[in-house]
Amino acid sequence: MSAPQSRQPRPRKKSASLFQLRQDIPDRVFFAAGFVIPAALLLIWWLVASLGLVKPLFLPGPLSVIGEGWRQLTEGILFEDASVSIYRIVVGWAVATIVAVPVGILMGNYRLVEGLFEPLISTARYMPVVALIPLSILWAGIGDGQKILILFLGTFFQQALMIMDNVKNIDINLIRAGQTLGFTNNEILRRIILPAALPGIWDTFRITIGWTWTYLVVAELVAANSGLGRRIMDAQRYLSTDTILFGTLFIGLLGLLTDYLFKRAGKSLFKWSSQTR
Amino acid sequence: MNTTAKTAGPPPTISVDGVGRNFTVSGQTLVAIEKIDLDIQQNEFVSIVGTSGCGKSTLLNMIGGLDEPTSGEIRIDGVPVDGPGRDRGFVFQTYSLFEWMTVEGNIRFALEKSTFARAEKDELVRHFIHAVGLSGFEKAYPKQLSGGMKQRVAIARALVYKPSILLMDEPFGALDAQTRGMMQELLLKIWEDHKVTVVFITHDVDEAIFLADRVIVLASRPGRIKKDMRIDLDRPRSYEVLTDPKFAAYKREVLTDIREETLKALGAGQA
Ligand SMILES: Nc1ncnc2c1ncn2[C@@H]1O[C@H](COP(=O)(O)OP(=O)(O)OP(=O)(O)O)[C@@H](O)[C@H]1O
Ligand SMILES: [Mg+2]
Repeated sequence: MSAPQSRQPRPRKKSASLFQLRQDIPDRVFFAAGFVIPAALLLIWWLVASLGLVKPLFLPGPLSVIGEGWRQLTEGILFEDASVSIYRIVVGWAVATIVAVPVGILMGNYRLVEGLFEPLISTARYMPVVALIPLSILWAGIGDGQKILILFLGTFFQQALMIMDNVKNIDINLIRAGQTLGFTNNEILRRIILPAALPGIWDTFRITIGWTWTYLVVAELVAANSGLGRRIMDAQRYLSTDTILFGTLFIGLLGLLTDYLFKRAGKSLFKWSSQTR
Repeated sequence: MNTTAKTAGPPPTISVDGVGRNFTVSGQTLVAIEKIDLDIQQNEFVSIVGTSGCGKSTLLNMIGGLDEPTSGEIRIDGVPVDGPGRDRGFVFQTYSLFEWMTVEGNIRFALEKSTFARAEKDELVRHFIHAVGLSGFEKAYPKQLSGGMKQRVAIARALVYKPSILLMDEPFGALDAQTRGMMQELLLKIWEDHKVTVVFITHDVDEAIFLADRVIVLASRPGRIKKDMRIDLDRPRSYEVLTDPKFAAYKREVLTDIREETLKALGAGQA
């Protein structure tokens, strides 16, 4: 079947098509757009610094920050800090996830479990994690366990609630279809609800590991002698603003990378999902 | 005044006896269905129409065993309904396919609890994929299919394990007019080939009459049967029946009933 062709196809206006409501734009344009604002900020930063509008103590120029990064890289500090921090992030997030997944799934499916956990979790997620540092030291000592505990506390409660929502958001008729096909509750849970909720849960993973990164400095605030967060806090003592800036940007970069990896993995794991684009 | 749709004659496949259903909504009792009596014979095709919220889905869910009556009883071949069973297949408006399974996977999944031998299952899957016109799409995922194709998978999934009853809740409601027409003819063909009892809910009066042996009109708030109308049009039916004067007369009657109910609902400020 072919539609009748008009003899003179109207040339489409290219420029206007970038500003259509909800209209897709070429991938390359979308990708390139992401660099525009960072590049502009970089330019302003460089101008402000090189024109001497602000003292280097308050705002070192981009070059000195890059220089600091190079120093850390060549001296091996960066690698050591990053591996210690990544280890903490991964373990803290993984432990939170291992607990949050079953809790969230059960909360989403059984009103009783929701009733049992909801008040506790909803309260706990507003507790300031920084305030728990003294207790965490008392309970978990001053080793890696304490850092991981802080990351766990910062991640777990939100994550459990989000996974509960992921589970609740699946089409109720999928469950009903399973019932009409003669599957038991347990089978429906494992073979229908879980796979149906998985793309959403994966997205929750992506978002929550981002939050775990934001707790890194808090986790390394006390009794740490290495780590990306620790390096930033130490730099404060010597007013090494370039170290602070580099550390902060580097954590942001690692967070971005994590996000990207999860997105990519999600896309290939859940090709079948209508949510994945 | 209650119209009952009880029949004399052979024992009905589906028998709905004095069924009512109340919901409790924020402490208040809402009577969704007051009292329905309805018999449906083997291999009958019954359409149910009525204004939005009159309890069509509630009734169908109860027949399907997905919901329980507050009063009265539903029996399938004389046996009281106690939960869903593999004697009934269900098709939902939202397609509700398992997105992580292929077309074939979805249909095969429905056979898992069947006692057919493996070779028989293979044959059944193949047969129903063919019957709904999806040969060649066995390995496709639901995401890759159009709405009409998705609903054809859902129909195959609901029939492959050989239930004697097919329950359909506005199955074509989300489809465009052309696809809808094709799906109606396909459904009639499947119904003629496979001899199942069909209960079909729709908002579309043409569709209800075109497909059915009987059209049940539900009155709203609370739901009860307003009319039980036998459709005397030749089978097998084709779209030509739509221009039959008898068709027009049926349509006028059903539309008048529905209009009355809609006005009533508007008057009660509930529509
Ligand atoms: N689980 C429920 N809890 C509370 N009220 C409900 C529930 N299910 C249905 N109802 C109410 O019962 C009435 C009948 O609902 P039902 O879904 O059966 O209507 P319907 O005829 O299928 O409507 P539609 O044509 O819009 O699908 C409505 O007033 C609805 O609000
Ligand atoms: Mg309905």
